[in-house]
Amino acid sequence: MSGRQIMTADEIRRATVRISHEIVEKQAGTAGLALVGIQRRGVPLARRIAAAIGDNEGAAIPVGALDITFYRDDLSLIAQQPVVKGTDLPFDLNGATVVLVDDVLYTGRTIRAAMDALVDFGRPQAIRLAVLVDRGHRELPIRADHVGKNVPTSREEVVKVQLEEIDGEDAVLIDRATETVAAPVG
Amino acid sequence: MTVADREREDGAAPIAVPIVDSPPDEQPVAWRHRHLLDVDVLSWADIELVMRTTDAMREVLARPIAKVPALRGRNVTILFYEASTRTRVSFEVAAKNLSADVVNIAAATSSVTKGESLVDTVRTVEALGAQTLVIRHATSGAPYLAADTFSGSVINGGDGWHAHPTQALLDLYTLRSRLPGEPGASLAGRKIAILGDVLHSRVARSNIWTLTAAGAELWLCGPATLLRGFDAWGVRGAAEGRRFHVTTSIADALRDADAVMALRIQKERMASGLLPSLREYAARYGLTRERLALARPHAVVLHPGPMNEGVEIAPDVAAGTQSLIEEQVRNGVAVRMALLYLLAGRQS
Repeated sequence: MSGRQIMTADEIRRATVRISHEIVEKQAGTAGLALVGIQRRGVPLARRIAAAIGDNEGAAIPVGALDITFYRDDLSLIAQQPVVKGTDLPFDLNGATVVLVDDVLYTGRTIRAAMDALVDFGRPQAIRLAVLVDRGHRELPIRADHVGKNVPTSREEVVKVQLEEIDGEDAVLIDRATETVAAPVG
Repeated sequence: MTVADREREDGAAPIAVPIVDSPPDEQPVAWRHRHLLDVDVLSWADIELVMRTTDAMREVLARPIAKVPALRGRNVTILFYEASTRTRVSFEVAAKNLSADVVNIAAATSSVTKGESLVDTVRTVEALGAQTLVIRHATSGAPYLAADTFSGSVINGGDGWHAHPTQALLDLYTLRSRLPGEPGASLAGRKIAILGDVLHSRVARSNIWTLTAAGAELWLCGPATLLRGFDAWGVRGAAEGRRFHVTTSIADALRDADAVMALRIQKERMASGLLPSLREYAARYGLTRERLALARPHAVVLHPGPMNEGVEIAPDVAAGTQSLIEEQVRNGVAVRMALLYLLAGRQS
């Protein structure tokens, strides 16, 4: 995808490390912490943050993956069912402080769906939210606790996070929507 | 225009624009079928999508609360003109796990006994709010007729001798997940024997499509009276590169097999003179432990149910360590959840 780059690989790395410090500071330690990445790009981001916490604190933080497809509020509106990518939460959520991790925060609908999905697995002590990019335009009363970069956007623009694990390189790009795509749920 | 024509047209229709802003390279082939009437209209990519979605449904079934809101507000009506326990309940459980509203109609206790036609019944359930219709009927082709009338999605839950697509897909899923080797590994070159009343079996017909499409080396075996016509189909299949053998020799069919599927022998076949007696069938074609020993050491055993234990399958084989019969039932719920989910996406 073409477009203007708004974060470089170095900036993504620094934002991830800063978020890892913020999470530990807010929790006053690492006890009871768990990270849950939202499919797809939230998952490698969660792993990176967990690795950074491991480097700084010497603690191994459990990491899970959450697919919110079945909890989307637009399933009855869209023409084609999204492909399910899979959920894997290999730890007990009850009493844990769960930090949801996603690449872009936009309307907030993905996060609403993610919270509904999480509570079907147990009762966390708290749910927090960390995102790499907050692009505004919320449609629900949701905000992030930890933000890599705030990016003012228009609704006509597309914010694209690329991560090495999925896309082969790290970058955040912004572009005008060139084709008629329905609004992303993020 | 028939439903089959429409399905083929669907296959050529342009794919809708993906909803999530991801690059094109990670978009797998999207589901394009409005109905699931048989497996013969599914491409291999369609089948892979069903298998992958079934994996996700298995994960849902393993959760403390095995229920997700994906089909909230959707009416799934189950209309069965034939006796059934596992298929009907499997569809019902699958629909409820997806939070759909389920309406169950057994034809034996409905207005059908007053002479209402299939088309009128379909119109009526549609007027009552049905959006997905699961239908089982003793007449081959009945679900196609229903699909021509119904404005939502029709799933064939078994029609006559013709097709039982959800059974074939759950059998494929079970074999892929449980044959020795990598989970989800290819069935290419695996020897799979289908044993018994192939002639009257919709399960066998649908399985022939999916298992040969998967590249399995398929053997159909039974008394000659219950294999009529399959030789010719086998010859045509070989021309299309599908490996497909027909034999009356159970030793040939089972030797070094990786999987054996026993089919139910229906007692009413005796009356029509196709089989001399159940006892003779059991003696010559029953899947016993001794016969299973001809197959590979870790060969798996399947049966679509309901079983006549002691006829087509010995009780110790059905309950033995190589049997995947209960696994088939569990996977049946997951496969049907996947299909209900995929079919619900297409707006009618």
